[in-house]
Amino acid sequence: MIQTKNLTKSYNGTTVLNIEELNIPKGQSFGLVGNNGAGKTTYFSLLLDLIKPTSGSVTNNEVVVDKSEDWKPFTSAFIDESFLIGYLTPEEYFYFIGDLRGQNKADVDALTSQFEDFFNGEIIGKKKYLRDLSKGNQKKAGIVAALIGNPKVIVLDEPFANLDPTTQIRLKQILKDLAQKQGVTVLVSSHDLMHVTDVCERIVVLDKGDVVKDLETNPATLKELEAHFASNMSFQEEE
Amino acid sequence: MIKHFLNLEWKQYFRSSYWQKSLALNILLVFFALYFVVMFLGLGFGLLFILKKTFPDQDPFVIANGFLFYWIIADLMIRFFLQKLPVMSVKPLLTLPIKRSTIVHYVLGKSAFSFFNFLPLFAIIPFSIMLIGDGYASSKILPWMLALILVVLIINFLNFIIEALSSKTDLPFLPLMAFVGALYGLEYFGIVSMTSLVGNAFIGIANNPILIVLPLAILALCYGHNYRVLREKLFLDSSLQSKVTEVKAADLSWTNRFGDIAPFMQLDLKLIWRNKRTKSSAFIMVIGLLYGLFFYTQPIYRDSLYAASFVGVFSTGIFLINFGQFIPAWDSGYYKMLMSQNIKYEQYLRSKFVLMMLSVVIMFVLGIPYLYFGWKILMMHFAAAIYNIGVNSHIMLYGGSFNRKKIDLNQRAAFNYQGTGAVQWIIGLPIMLIPLIIFSIANFFLGFEVGVAVLIGIGVTGIVLHKKLMKFITKRYSDSKYKMIDAFSQDN
Repeated sequence: MIQTKNLTKSYNGTTVLNIEELNIPKGQSFGLVGNNGAGKTTYFSLLLDLIKPTSGSVTNNEVVVDKSEDWKPFTSAFIDESFLIGYLTPEEYFYFIGDLRGQNKADVDALTSQFEDFFNGEIIGKKKYLRDLSKGNQKKAGIVAALIGNPKVIVLDEPFANLDPTTQIRLKQILKDLAQKQGVTVLVSSHDLMHVTDVCERIVVLDKGDVVKDLETNPATLKELEAHFASNMSFQEEE
Repeated sequence: MIKHFLNLEWKQYFRSSYWQKSLALNILLVFFALYFVVMFLGLGFGLLFILKKTFPDQDPFVIANGFLFYWIIADLMIRFFLQKLPVMSVKPLLTLPIKRSTIVHYVLGKSAFSFFNFLPLFAIIPFSIMLIGDGYASSKILPWMLALILVVLIINFLNFIIEALSSKTDLPFLPLMAFVGALYGLEYFGIVSMTSLVGNAFIGIANNPILIVLPLAILALCYGHNYRVLREKLFLDSSLQSKVTEVKAADLSWTNRFGDIAPFMQLDLKLIWRNKRTKSSAFIMVIGLLYGLFFYTQPIYRDSLYAASFVGVFSTGIFLINFGQFIPAWDSGYYKMLMSQNIKYEQYLRSKFVLMMLSVVIMFVLGIPYLYFGWKILMMHFAAAIYNIGVNSHIMLYGGSFNRKKIDLNQRAAFNYQGTGAVQWIIGLPIMLIPLIIFSIANFFLGFEVGVAVLIGIGVTGIVLHKKLMKFITKRYSDSKYKMIDAFSQDN
């Protein structure tokens, strides 16, 4: 589904991302982990054509993302709060995204009604603007908006941050269902190793822009990841 | 402490992505400032002779005092629209060991160094010198001069009080209009002669220098009030805990007839209605509509028609200028999202265009009563409307692709009352002046009908070329997409 070839991104000569090859097949739940500055958000931004690659390219379902805009209809994302429109209510925001993705109000309502649990009664019908919601509730609205219009690829940057424990568990279930039952390619980044190993079939570790590990998730993965990041720490201390 | 603040501001200014972009604008602003300085200097040195010539048998000093009332009123009005309380991002400072009072005194003190306060000095001081040279006792003139300088500062702080009040209302111009209107009304209907009242007050100070404590006391009161208001705002909860407003949803389904751009139009209408800053640009349309009355009620302007070409462009295009120049910055808060969504730039831009076009049409229709002042004026407005749709709207969209300054609609900044200042109007000037020049040339050599026809012709050409122009503009936007996303995700 998503092919990355010789992708680099540098700012003023400093390379912040350098991926020789990374292929994500259709329907995979893909996790990206790494410390701050590892290049997770940079990679997602390149995938969404929000920044220009220094060299190489990302191909999304055979569309080169910085050449054509044809990847947009089947790709959706929630990177941060700047994806929300503060002066709309959550419903209006969902309808707006729905409009852009060719879904009428009934379609959107049908979709959002599945997430009543997830919303915990704090999003729909509250007559509040998105800008007045708490950070966690904003995140919920943004994540659900990214599910509108049956996208084939969903990109979520740090979806678990700012969410309460109950919601985190629900979100994990939602993400698993998407990949396993609906064949959606889900890309998630996180600092929380436990969540990523729970959700993702495959986990890639980025370090200073390079892919240093590419793991199929199995019961030992969490230990391996923890070992990796812990060793990283002692390594840096020696330096 | 002050040193630190100045250092912070210096960095904020020069490290913002806005700075390089607005270099040309800054230079233009400096030229404007110099122009006004020269004008005021000329006024300061020349006023005495002018007054002596126009009113040969009256005391020029008394007459000058009679005008002070109008000066105060005009100064208040101008400052309200152009001068803003200096903005400072205080949130990071609140948890540091800095006294709140220091921050507030700094912000207020900085405002006293505004250009608007220096400008009158260029007239006041030379005029005072001329008066003393003319034989007036310096023991009178010096206190008088000091009183005027105090008044300048009073106006400075009074303006912020008015702005703070008006920012709470839905109709931001109302408090000022009411205040100025009341004062002017008292004068106009002869209830209280404000001109002689104000004039006598200043002459009183000149005669009894001790009375200078009065303006001093007023200044202290104004400063104190500002200080209290700002200090109260300097608590995190007042800026963090945003006021939760009930949603007022309106039925916007009528926009559906615009087809694929309907979602954007609905979004834009909500944008305008639900944010303070955009709302004020909608209310400013009322001013644009009534603007013609300033001119057309006076025969000199009514007959010249040059004024009409300016008023026409201004009043039909006021929303276009006000709203248009911040495309696409209005959407800067969620620009990243728009860019990753399933939309075409062309649709997005077309919806903005349609919105601007509608505003021009509405403003023209509402302005039809100007027919009362003659059919030529209505013709002029019609030509201006066509010109606005055909030319200025495209220019605005094109100019938007150079836009690199984020607009924070949420307005969490503590001192952000209205946000826009002098710069906005200066950008608008060429857009209004070019049609005036075109019309004037054609009118002068070939007559009124040709002048109008030329404007309409240019406008129609623009409308005919709409598709091509939009293609060109869309390409500009696509080309600067990454730069815009980058700039809009920066905070300053």
